[in-house]
Amino acid sequence: MTELSELYQQVILDHNQKPRNFGELEGANRTAEGYNPLCGDRVTVYLQLSGDVIREISFLGSGCAIATASGSMMTASVKGKTKAEAEVLFQRFHGLVTGGPDAPVNPEALGKLAVFSGVFEFPVRVKCATLAWHALHAALDGNRGTVSTEEGGRRET
Amino acid sequence: MSAAASTILEGIRRNASSGFDVEEVRRDFPILGEKVRGKPLVYLDNAATTQKPRVVIERLDGYYRTENANIHRGIHFLSERATQAYEEARATVARFLGAADAREIVFVRGTTEGINLVAQSYGRKFIGEGDEIVVSAMEHHSNIVPWQILREQVGAGLRVIPMNDHGELLVDEYERLFSDQTKLVAVTHLSNALGTINPVGEIIQIAHRHGVPVLVDGAQAAPHLRVDVREIDCDFYAFSGHKLYGPTGVGVLYGKASLLDAMPPYQGGGDMISSVTFEKTLYNVLPYKFEAGTPNIAGAIGLGAAIDYLSKVRLDLVAAHERELLAYATEAVSAIKGVRIIGTAREKAAVLSFVLDGVHAHDVGTILDQDGIAIRAGHHCAMPVMERFGVPATARASLGLYNTREEVDALVGAIEKVKRVFGR
Ligand SMILES: Cc1ncc(COP(=O)(O)O)c(C=O)c1O
Repeated sequence: MTELSELYQQVILDHNQKPRNFGELEGANRTAEGYNPLCGDRVTVYLQLSGDVIREISFLGSGCAIATASGSMMTASVKGKTKAEAEVLFQRFHGLVTGGPDAPVNPEALGKLAVFSGVFEFPVRVKCATLAWHALHAALDGNRGTVSTEEGGRRET
Repeated sequence: MSAAASTILEGIRRNASSGFDVEEVRRDFPILGEKVRGKPLVYLDNAATTQKPRVVIERLDGYYRTENANIHRGIHFLSERATQAYEEARATVARFLGAADAREIVFVRGTTEGINLVAQSYGRKFIGEGDEIVVSAMEHHSNIVPWQILREQVGAGLRVIPMNDHGELLVDEYERLFSDQTKLVAVTHLSNALGTINPVGEIIQIAHRHGVPVLVDGAQAAPHLRVDVREIDCDFYAFSGHKLYGPTGVGVLYGKASLLDAMPPYQGGGDMISSVTFEKTLYNVLPYKFEAGTPNIAGAIGLGAAIDYLSKVRLDLVAAHERELLAYATEAVSAIKGVRIIGTAREKAAVLSFVLDGVHAHDVGTILDQDGIAIRAGHHCAMPVMERFGVPATARASLGLYNTREEVDALVGAIEKVKRVFGR
């Protein structure tokens, strides 16, 4: 049960049960939806961006424990950060869960987000972990509408 | 002992005397000896695809080793042999479905292609602007999207047969959907998401009373129920080889000869013509008119072997075994606190879809997989069904002829483990 307990760490289960910053955000000036057509999971990210800084952020949606906890912890970790800082965090997080070339040498640099390192052992769950991040990325880009995890033939592996 | 349990025991005794021995059947499937993550494989994803018996694997191997050639065109020994094997497979399918004539059996890639063939060939010729196609609320996407494509092409409309909270179609409502504009009914025989067996005989009778032909999606039914296309009197019936213990990439479209004859070809190419000049092409006779290009010869032959295998173990005994196992699994899984079964129709087969309170189906799937238990978690390509039941996804265990009560017990144990991981 070691890999399982790596994946479903207590922090993740807590965030799944009581997601932070969950709900619509009043006064949001950016929003985007992430959608995984393979499983039907959906999450919408709401941002209040002032200049380059994420002043407020929230998310709403229905998904598995990994997707929900990831959305919750993402909102907590990017609040107050600049666009550029948030994007760098996304890159590192992506590297962490895929074990790709962007994988951080030192996962601690990701702070609390390091609890998602267990996802690496579960390739089919990578999309769950990155769904909210894709929506954040789209919202920061100023995209409205829905980003799909399957878009443009790009598949997360 | 509960009434259900005693029915099950009685069933097992009956099977033992009638010769269905699940342990013997399991030995026919090499993959069932595999370990997954160090545990014995418990394969409960049969609605997605089934495992293959040795006789099918060996038939494919034998074909490639000793018979491989293109068909219908060589004058040499091997081509003749391959053609004969391919046409024997067609005759086997015709007998399996109770078709009047092997000409009514068209080999396609699978159910999806069979339905698309009817939509594009029959549909584009006989369905026009303002006409309506009736589908049901429990269709797989492959029996929805081809009709939506046709709708865009010709300006037709779609009507949907509703269902009740058990996942049973409302036949009275269905009858009210008919108008002079209704041109086709397309309905599944057995729902992959709910396990409901639809009363296709009655559905077809009603449609015929209105002069409307019916396509039946048999992807899930063919491996679990005896199908007789003349008895139910359907106009088209489609199924996939890979869900019937046969190879991937091959399936069947049955169509009544009178309808197939009236339909234009689906694709153009070799084999589907009888003569070609640059001015005019004469199409080949049935079924070749619909089999353009080199078909999946090995696949069709392998499918024939799979049907022969099912006939040998006897589909009626398989159905009885699966019926008892489904009753056993339904009772055991519903007894778990926090589980809700999605799809509780009176007439059901092989499929047990459920949700677990507070735990997403994906998480259920991942945790079961750690114990070597393969199920499907998601929308099962039936998003309208998920919407109807107000769930984003379900976990689905689907049975095949080789599944056992011990495997159901393992499933139940693993669901309990999910609850422990999630502190429920
Ligand atoms: C009811 C039903 N119809 C159609 C299909 C599509 O079958 P295939 O993908 O083999 O074409 C499936 C497969 O899941 C199914 O369950």
